[in-house]
Amino acid sequence: MKIHEFQGRQILADAGVPVPAAAVIESIEDAATTYKQVVNEAGLGDQGLAVVKAQVHAGGRGKAGFVKLVRSPAEAEDAARFMLSNKMVSVQTGPDGLDVNKLLIAAGVEIAHEYYLAITTDRKSRRNVLIASAEGGVEIEKVAAEKPDAIITEPIDPLMGLQGHQARRVAFALGFKGKQVSQAVRIMLNLSRVFASKDCTLAEINPLIVTPATTDHPDGQVLAIDAKFSFDDNGTFRHKDIQSLFDPTEENAAEIRAKKFGLSYIALDGNIGCLVNGAGLAMATMDIIKLHGGEPANFLDVGGSATEEAVTEAFGIILSDPQVKGIMVNIFGGIMDCAVIARGIVNAAKLLGFSVPLVVRLEGTNVQAGRAILKEGAMDLPTLQAADDLADAAEKICQAV
Amino acid sequence: MAIIIDENKRVIIQGITGREGQARCRLMLGYGTNVVAGCTPGKGGQEVQGVPVFDKVAEAMEHAQINHAGPVDISVVLVPAKFVKGAAIEAIKAGVKLLVIVPDRVPLWDAMEIAACADKHGAQFVGPNTLGVISPGKAVVGMIGGRAESAKQWFKPGSVGVISRSGGMSSSTAYYLGQAGIGTSTICHVGGDSVLGLRFPDVALMFQNDPQTQAIVIFGEIGGSMEEDLADLMQQGKVTKPVIAYIGGKAAKEGTRFSHAGAIIEGGKGTHAGKVKALTEAGATVVDSFGDLPAATKRAIGHF
Repeated sequence: MKIHEFQGRQILADAGVPVPAAAVIESIEDAATTYKQVVNEAGLGDQGLAVVKAQVHAGGRGKAGFVKLVRSPAEAEDAARFMLSNKMVSVQTGPDGLDVNKLLIAAGVEIAHEYYLAITTDRKSRRNVLIASAEGGVEIEKVAAEKPDAIITEPIDPLMGLQGHQARRVAFALGFKGKQVSQAVRIMLNLSRVFASKDCTLAEINPLIVTPATTDHPDGQVLAIDAKFSFDDNGTFRHKDIQSLFDPTEENAAEIRAKKFGLSYIALDGNIGCLVNGAGLAMATMDIIKLHGGEPANFLDVGGSATEEAVTEAFGIILSDPQVKGIMVNIFGGIMDCAVIARGIVNAAKLLGFSVPLVVRLEGTNVQAGRAILKEGAMDLPTLQAADDLADAAEKICQAV
Repeated sequence: MAIIIDENKRVIIQGITGREGQARCRLMLGYGTNVVAGCTPGKGGQEVQGVPVFDKVAEAMEHAQINHAGPVDISVVLVPAKFVKGAAIEAIKAGVKLLVIVPDRVPLWDAMEIAACADKHGAQFVGPNTLGVISPGKAVVGMIGGRAESAKQWFKPGSVGVISRSGGMSSSTAYYLGQAGIGTSTICHVGGDSVLGLRFPDVALMFQNDPQTQAIVIFGEIGGSMEEDLADLMQQGKVTKPVIAYIGGKAAKEGTRFSHAGAIIEGGKGTHAGKVKALTEAGATVVDSFGDLPAATKRAIGHF
């Protein structure tokens, strides 16, 4: 589960990681006053620098014009007007773009140096790893690929957590000096503690910065400017506070509808709808459609214990995609009962009607009953073709669309 | 031979009195698994299908030593996901050296703690989120095959080891191999989660050392680095038996990346093309279509 930047900042602040002053607005009218409040809180004066950032999960905000630097209440209001009345279109949103409902207005800070700091899971070593680099800011992946030595990693023992000496090693390796060291160490320890206690799968601060020296802070201050968090869906049951951060408007409506029925659905760009039992088989089905020259319109795994209603719903979801020009059903019933699938198909035919070609391949548990049900329902299934195996089904559906 | 499970291994079921526990107990007993005990805290003294139930794994261990001439070899964990960590650590601390952790939705953090505990005690585990392991004609741990009758019908004993990341496809792969006249030594579903106990390379090494196994068939998937790590072992000459692989997910959309951390840690691994390249260069046969696996396997083991 992903959350918004402003929610991530709050988690950091609660965990004792310093972040610049900021507030969230939902309407254009609030922009000017919130700007004033934020810059004053940060002691920046009436024309202080602030940044207005659209709160969406998708990336590519900066290039889309949805992150703007402002230096007055009027500029803050202009930025807010633009972001709240236009759809954001970036490489990650698709051409239709998405609505922005919330904006973060954060106090600007002067930056002496940018760093990268993250914790994520390393599948191979089966533990979480702290990742840091003194070359933070943009294009950290490029840094990782071209200068692997510039990336510092420190494995975290799941039973002991990140230890002080580990954090110190990283802080020194990043080149922190004087009082920066203890500030950076505290940030790392606090970040790893919140990571563990909230079942995170990712915590990323990019950039972590040091401010220039001032009389109050001769070594500068270490601050977190951006915050990305995601959480283990299997662990959220023990965190009511994290569950409440879920924003359904950020999810694909069809995917949420599918989830309610225990279906796993991912929309794709092609025109052949797929209904399959098992994620592995669903993947193999998509691959073979592509091998035969077709393009899958979706990934849909009905699971091993889907009900008739869920199967009917699955067809509703597939057919709600206007691009779908044909449907391929591929069931190899180990646990899944073929008769349930067949009844779901017949129900969907009665409720929705199949005007597009439908190729069905059923095999495994209770397959005879399944085939008999389809035979009885033949009246409602004028476009139905049966297939013998996976390759045969792929060939038939690719020819039909 | 075969790996992980055979008819002699002493097996316990944690969560035996639950719905899943009872259903899988029926499968395991019916297929010939040597189920010596079950555990459910608070239900000690009961019996499930003739199998004695204990409150603690330590008691089941003692029972096995006294009545079955040796320790518990494997515990099949069939408790609800949120209780898995406690059950697994109890079994490891009681001295069980191999766990099969069936439930899905086990928190990642719990899996990491189990892994750290297992490492410390010299134990191993399959899963979480695994259908289990079956050595056809011998025994099964977990739920692979569903019911004993269907498991007997689908899987034929033989000389090919199967390792899969997909539960359904582990059965399907073995089924199609069987239809083509190729039997299997052991079928291992490593599990679908991102933190796993035994991974492809670990299971491949077991097959390498198993005299019954002549070739290894892999159902891989995009993401992670298990396939690449197996290729490394082949390059190092540690796995020399023929490897025939299918990697699912060629048609999958490249995920829009939320962060950089995952990309940094995996160092460019995880793509379909990268996995196919690594395995091919290491000498494996990689097929484009799942349906081509049986024919390619036949060619690899030399009977046409």
